[in-house]
Amino acid sequence: MNTVVDLLTSASEWQDIAPLLSVRELNKFYAPGKGCGDINFDLYPGEVLGIVGESGSGKSTLLSCLSARLTPDSGNVIYNSEQFGEMDLYACEESMRRVLMRSEWGIVHQHARDGLRMNVSAGANIGERLMAVGERHYGDIRAKAEEWLTAVEIDTGRIDDRPSQFSGGMQQRLQIARNLVTHPKLVFMDEPTGGLDVSVQAKLLDLLRNLVSRLGLSVIIVTHDLAVARLLAHRLMVMRRGEVVETGLTDQVLDDPQHPYTQLLVSSILQN
Amino acid sequence: MSTATGYNFAYLDEQSKRMIRRAILKGVAIPGYQVPFGGREMPLPHGWGTGGMQVTASVIGEADKLKVIDQGADDTTNAVSIRRFFAHTAGVETTEQTAEATLIQTRHRIPERPLQADQILIYQVPIPEPLRFIEPRESETRKMHALSEYGAMQVKLYEDVARFGHIATSYDYPVMVNNRYMMDPSPIPKFDNPKMSMMPALQLFGAGFEKRIYAVPPFTQVESLDFDDHPFEVQSWDEACAICGSDHSFLDEVITDDNGSKMFVCSDTDYCRERVEQGFVGTAADLPIAEVGTN
Ligand SMILES: [Zn+2]
Repeated sequence: MNTVVDLLTSASEWQDIAPLLSVRELNKFYAPGKGCGDINFDLYPGEVLGIVGESGSGKSTLLSCLSARLTPDSGNVIYNSEQFGEMDLYACEESMRRVLMRSEWGIVHQHARDGLRMNVSAGANIGERLMAVGERHYGDIRAKAEEWLTAVEIDTGRIDDRPSQFSGGMQQRLQIARNLVTHPKLVFMDEPTGGLDVSVQAKLLDLLRNLVSRLGLSVIIVTHDLAVARLLAHRLMVMRRGEVVETGLTDQVLDDPQHPYTQLLVSSILQN
Repeated sequence: MSTATGYNFAYLDEQSKRMIRRAILKGVAIPGYQVPFGGREMPLPHGWGTGGMQVTASVIGEADKLKVIDQGADDTTNAVSIRRFFAHTAGVETTEQTAEATLIQTRHRIPERPLQADQILIYQVPIPEPLRFIEPRESETRKMHALSEYGAMQVKLYEDVARFGHIATSYDYPVMVNNRYMMDPSPIPKFDNPKMSMMPALQLFGAGFEKRIYAVPPFTQVESLDFDDHPFEVQSWDEACAICGSDHSFLDEVITDDNGSKMFVCSDTDYCRERVEQGFVGTAADLPIAEVGTN
């Protein structure tokens, strides 16, 4: 089976571009079979990588390791930073990782309350990252908050309302706006449509797809929902019991799955 | 050392004093940084401000002259009790005059009269962590201080302007000390914030419940947070003090009779008294000061 790296080096369109994120021999296990191991891949600028698998497959553990929130047992995550150059995430100072998290990176959590400050207004939620990177002009902060509310299709009249007054779908869109306001290069998403009604999901997916292509974002998205993966991801990594069992371009993996487990996943979604 | 009363000097045991002094020295070395301290509790009723009491007990000496103010006044129950406590347990002289005092323990105010290099101002602090309102986890606020991540603090001011059109926070107004640590100035009015900056006197802060001490050494820069387009401003009044006519001090509104008549007087009672002695008069000059309670 081809690894992602093999696929990419054969794909001429990526050849002259340095990867944004390189993962080598990454391992993180809480217990045998619980966690993720032997992870290797490169993510290129503008790419959307989907990590799919059932719950317990290790995909969320992997996302935490990739986004500097969980120290792996071994292996490297190399990120090509605008500010710091090439950096090994777990060999560098924690302060640098935290700078990344509020500037070049975004993290969209499954549960909006993990990614939002529920006790301050929508405007403050969006403005916080701007203030964190040194913005000190209230009028400018407010204008940018309005701009981003519009971009995620929230009425600017709601700018002073708290997230707790928003519907689930609006909270997710606010979380996205809060992340994108500092123009991150790389966004991590953990089941961003999980727990939402089907019609709300569809609208959010549509919005995400437009934003990702318009802003040229690189995204690593974890989902158990192959329909979400098909809509958003260029490439897929299929995980089972902590290991990657199949990788490839999204259409290839979903239309012509090679690994028996992927075949099972794909057929079970078709039955639904 | 012990006094005739049978207590250890200033009540607190010497071991606890040493721990607190070490915390103070560390605090002075790292302006605005909250230093945890151990030591025994002072068995005092709630509301006395045990943090301030512990700091005072640890720095006071026999030659000191102690002033205690509460809401700017020397004659409130709290201020009187604390003054008596140290007069009794340390045998020190007490005073109501800012100019005479070597140690001033305070709650809610900084005296109007500029403090001098041979004075120490000790604040009672209820909640020492300025980031607490936005981040409940202690491990996280420590990290935010360590890495100077203070963007979240600006969120508080943003919410003010969004809601009220201006920065409405008027007490407990957050400051940056020496361009490094975000600090809670204790519940003083923001009117007093500018006095903290470059003050010749040493400023010590004690939080008893959370066991934290921090300090602003003499001549240290203290800046109040703001926005470029909503700069920091102190409170101002259209009225002058009814007793001394001061148009530059922090004023309290006082109800003068059962009909709801009111007037404005200096919250710093010693400052007001001093001005009256110097011959300044306000619109209520015919009223003897004793009849004008400040609370
Ligand atoms: Zn006066």
